[in-house]
Amino acid sequence: MRNLLRWETALVFLLIVVALTGQVSTDGSFLSGGNLFYLGLDIGEIALIALPLTLVIVAGEIDLSVASVLGLSSALIGWLWNAGWPLETILPTVVVAGALCGAFNGLLITRLGLPSLAVTIGTLALYRGLALVVLGDTAVADFPASYTAFGTTPVPGTNIPYPIVLAAVLAVLFGIALHASSFGRSVYAIGANEEGARFSGIRVKRIKLTLFVLAGAVAAIAGIVYTFRFSSARADNGVGLELAVVAAVLLGGVSIFGGKGSLFGVLAGVLLLGGLRNLLILQDTSTEVLTIVTGLLLLVSVLAPSVTRRVGSLRKATP
Amino acid sequence: MTAQLDTATAPPSARRTAARRLSTRVGRVRELGIVVALALVVIPTAIVNPRFIQAQSLRDLLLNASIVALLAVGQTLVVVTRNVDLSVGSVLGLSAFLTAQQFADHPGTPLLAGIGLGVAIGLACGLLNGLLVALGNVPSLVVTLGTLYVFRGIDYALAQGRQVNAANLPDALLDLGSSRVLGIPVLVLITVVVIAVAAVYLRSYRSGRELYAIGSNPEAATLAGIPVARRTLTTFVLSGLIAGLAGALWVARYGTVDAAAGTGLELQVVAAVVVGGVAIFGGSGTVAGAALGALLLGTITSCLVVLQIPAFWQQAIAGALLLSAITVDRLLALRLAKALRTSEGTSHA
Repeated sequence: MRNLLRWETALVFLLIVVALTGQVSTDGSFLSGGNLFYLGLDIGEIALIALPLTLVIVAGEIDLSVASVLGLSSALIGWLWNAGWPLETILPTVVVAGALCGAFNGLLITRLGLPSLAVTIGTLALYRGLALVVLGDTAVADFPASYTAFGTTPVPGTNIPYPIVLAAVLAVLFGIALHASSFGRSVYAIGANEEGARFSGIRVKRIKLTLFVLAGAVAAIAGIVYTFRFSSARADNGVGLELAVVAAVLLGGVSIFGGKGSLFGVLAGVLLLGGLRNLLILQDTSTEVLTIVTGLLLLVSVLAPSVTRRVGSLRKATP
Repeated sequence: MTAQLDTATAPPSARRTAARRLSTRVGRVRELGIVVALALVVIPTAIVNPRFIQAQSLRDLLLNASIVALLAVGQTLVVVTRNVDLSVGSVLGLSAFLTAQQFADHPGTPLLAGIGLGVAIGLACGLLNGLLVALGNVPSLVVTLGTLYVFRGIDYALAQGRQVNAANLPDALLDLGSSRVLGIPVLVLITVVVIAVAAVYLRSYRSGRELYAIGSNPEAATLAGIPVARRTLTTFVLSGLIAGLAGALWVARYGTVDAAAGTGLELQVVAAVVVGGVAIFGGSGTVAGAALGALLLGTITSCLVVLQIPAFWQQAIAGALLLSAITVDRLLALRLAKALRTSEGTSHA
């Protein structure tokens, strides 16, 4: 636990370093309201999906299909809109569809006992494939401005983008669920020792199923945000986003083996990833460098605990 | 009731052989299943369009599947040890671009030296993956997810938007991609040789068998004195090396290469391996099965084209196929476990 706290302290420290470096190297425009608005927009979907994915990974599972659910929900929005449905009906339908995608993952994993890695690689292809089947390679872009404004304008009087408000509200809910409820304690227990959790009467399968349903539903919400942000419903929206989300969650100090991590750390991880990317963009760094940085951050975040453990044991060994 | 009586009266050794028979059958059923699936896909397509089974189109079929099959061989070595290498698509891309650039910038490069460069690049990438996984004690899923980004990023950074065209490549290389020996494309022959070598290694060599032991139970393998870290490192090096070779062959096959070559290929490869009966949690599976899995996925793609089904369906079908493969595997494994339990129970009695 102490190790974990140290990791989060390090993250906050890194965040401050990035913010100060950004502020100095861009002559103060990094922390300006306008730039923070774009930074917020840029990390909106990642922040949203990272919330349920944290719970999934803490429970010792993984969901790689989230970005495909995002794409499928975007494609569904376009398809239903073309079919003449009103958006008030489309949006709840899409969230339900996302929850169903998550339930399908969860049922295969809990009822058949299949590894979540294999299942969600399969549904990554399946859901993206369904998105292509639904919408093909066309784009639907004629959404009313009153809706797309949610993805492109800040909350009046502030510089806060709407997706961040949404993510903040959900973050509070997920934070309470993970850190202040028996449900959350069960999630940690499952991740730490699934067998032990089952013998202490925790309904392991039901809780895991719930987590996958939540991941699907929130990924669909992220799909809505994505669609309105770019005013474009496409089947290939958010391709590869699962990597960025997993990177952010692990960077936030969640153990890929389950049982460890906090939502606060993950939010810091999302901010750090987004902040670094934003800073690099401000300095006209090419997108390929961004890709390398994301990958390196992921590697560093998983190697760091292992390295500190090794250094720690060395220090213990030498009196 | 009768089953119970049967169990009680049958001599324990007979029950054990029965269980063993079932386990061999389960092993075989998978490769047979893929062959049946292939037939189910090919025959209706051939009826609709007889040209589908002409020599030329069969050659194309094998040619299209061969690069994924190659990668699937390397992936099998890794997956058997309960790891996964998601970076193969990026390694292929990096190797393909650098190989193509070498040939284009230095027209005098001997064919084998150029291909050797691709293989060496793959080997270096694989070595990095292997060192991180084996020494860093970090799950391979995360490591190779990270290097997937890093290698692809390096690829884009080096390419800077350039593209190498077939016109700048030596004929010897392009011939390699199109020439045939006894009617069989050279690329397919290379793939078959790699499959055969890997199959013999996994089947008959001590270190090959040890890979299965590691995948079945890493702790037990360590206790049995198997150098787990070194074997794991080797599998990643081999996977990288094969991806590097596949990159060089990609250039020979397609002629035009930019930094995006092989993007997303890792999913096809993992799908092929899993469909081919390699358990994602290690310990079982063959390279032949994985290669057949690659052939099946490639064939389905071609059939969709011939049957004029929109290509959009392809990805959904690949995903559904992967899911049904792991589901069937799981159900078979459950049956097998039950059968083994029964036989064990009687042998104790």
